[in-house]
Amino acid sequence: MEFEAVVGMEVHVEINSKSKVFCGCSGNFHAAPNTNVCPVCLGMPGVLPVLNVDMVNKSVAVGLALNCTISRWSKLDRKNYFYPDMAKNYQISQYDLPLCQNGWIDIEVDGQTKRIGITRAHIEEDTARNTHTIGGNQSGVDFNRSGLPLLEIVTEPDIRSAKEALAYLTALKQMLQYLDVSDCNMEEGSLRAEANISVRPVGQEKFGTKTEVKNVASFSGVHKAIEFEIARHIKLINSGGKVVQETRGWDADRGITVPQRLKESAHDYRYFPEPDLVPIVVDEAWEQRIRESLPELPAARRSRMGTQYGLSAYDANVITLSQDTANYYEQVVAAGADAKKAANWLMVELQSLLSAAKQDIRDCRVSPADLAALVGLIESGAINGKMGKDVIAEMFETGKATQDIVNEQGLSQITDTGEIEAIIRQVLADNPAQVEQFRSGKDKVFGFLVGQVMRATQGKANPALLNDLLRRELSRQEN
Amino acid sequence: MSKITKQDVEYVAGLAQLRLDDAAKERLVREMGDILAYMDQLNELDTSNVEPMMHAMEMTNVFRQDVVEPSLPREEALMNAPVHDGEYFIVPRILEGDAS
Repeated sequence: MEFEAVVGMEVHVEINSKSKVFCGCSGNFHAAPNTNVCPVCLGMPGVLPVLNVDMVNKSVAVGLALNCTISRWSKLDRKNYFYPDMAKNYQISQYDLPLCQNGWIDIEVDGQTKRIGITRAHIEEDTARNTHTIGGNQSGVDFNRSGLPLLEIVTEPDIRSAKEALAYLTALKQMLQYLDVSDCNMEEGSLRAEANISVRPVGQEKFGTKTEVKNVASFSGVHKAIEFEIARHIKLINSGGKVVQETRGWDADRGITVPQRLKESAHDYRYFPEPDLVPIVVDEAWEQRIRESLPELPAARRSRMGTQYGLSAYDANVITLSQDTANYYEQVVAAGADAKKAANWLMVELQSLLSAAKQDIRDCRVSPADLAALVGLIESGAINGKMGKDVIAEMFETGKATQDIVNEQGLSQITDTGEIEAIIRQVLADNPAQVEQFRSGKDKVFGFLVGQVMRATQGKANPALLNDLLRRELSRQEN
Repeated sequence: MSKITKQDVEYVAGLAQLRLDDAAKERLVREMGDILAYMDQLNELDTSNVEPMMHAMEMTNVFRQDVVEPSLPREEALMNAPVHDGEYFIVPRILEGDAS
């Protein structure tokens, strides 16, 4: 039997407000344990939470970017359960009236665009963090994370493969980074993804029994965990078994999902309206203000830059992956560089230097103006591409200006026709056998002769010019 | 007519992590049943023209600005904990996968 997978994603994003969502404690992730805590986020009785307006603004911005309807009227609710990471035994969340509903985001899979429905995005508070490194039968709890602003984004069951799930996460992360609402660091837990997975025979309308996979700490982990679950479901059904509805954790070391022990009643959260917090009313004017403050979003920027700079779809995609890279690129072009060549130098040379140094383009010592100058020098023939690679590596290392490096290292290309011709004649005289082979039709020898001239000039000859002159000289001598 | 059974009471008590003796369970069967009966009585009213009340307060949009304020000194934060190690609240070992 042919099966198809049905996947829905739940993503929790820590919003980068300076303070927590219901109190003034700092949202600094790296503080010493239990130093960013107060009676509110410790869940002391008698305290009064007050909603951080920055969280509302950023949540609405995400909602608008995900084409959601923003609720004119929404409220906060208590989700009740017992767990040591939640001192007050309920999490403040949104139940039946989330702030954002019914949106979508387009993803790109194998060159095809697919629309993934967004069911809702709602405000909640993060829980404390447990450490299991404490010895014996004990765990330590750090409440610094308790009360951090958390936005939960839920998709429709529109995803059909692990690949699509990965594309969704990539597109969502890009969007969140464009909006500058989260650093989306999966390893540090500021972006957490869970997947609801089921399979059904192709053509069947009804969903199969789903499992939920949690505890995934990387995008590639999500991809592997979903692939594993899909295969596990299909194998189970084909061998006459049944999928049990349960929550499973991803064991990255073993590359498998394992059932998590949960009490049967764990999902009966007995939501009720949070009496300590009043409803949120986002009127049209407020929504409009946020809409107007949105930056150019990834899809729009991709298509504008593709058209404006004549970039291929692939190049436009790579360059707009991050806003910083896109900004950098536009500055290089604004500084006068040829758009196509700037794209190549940015995506190939600079990118590989950045990856090797594990550096962010924001901290890059090669300024956009310097890269533009480099592209210009190569275009004018003052230096060749090979020299360019050395120059950019030097600029990357030292932050020196392009022209200074060219001057210091005596890198200027030889563009003097007479000088190159003299060297060519010498090389031809030194290699009569090769010249003979070339004349008898062995075209490959041409490359050897080019190499000899290049060597004699220490790589400084302008390659295009050298090619021309060598051909001319060879045919001249023949006649 | 009570809609509440002893099993209902035990289930809700379990969720709330309450241990009840038989007398308390019986009392709660009665009391919770009375509350539901009262709800049924309210349901007899025609409320089709009444705006649903979502919150006891009339107020909306009470916010704080995103400003960091001082937190508690750690000694004070940990002061009420039955067990702590000066850095962390110490709790019985949390088993991986118990989270909801």
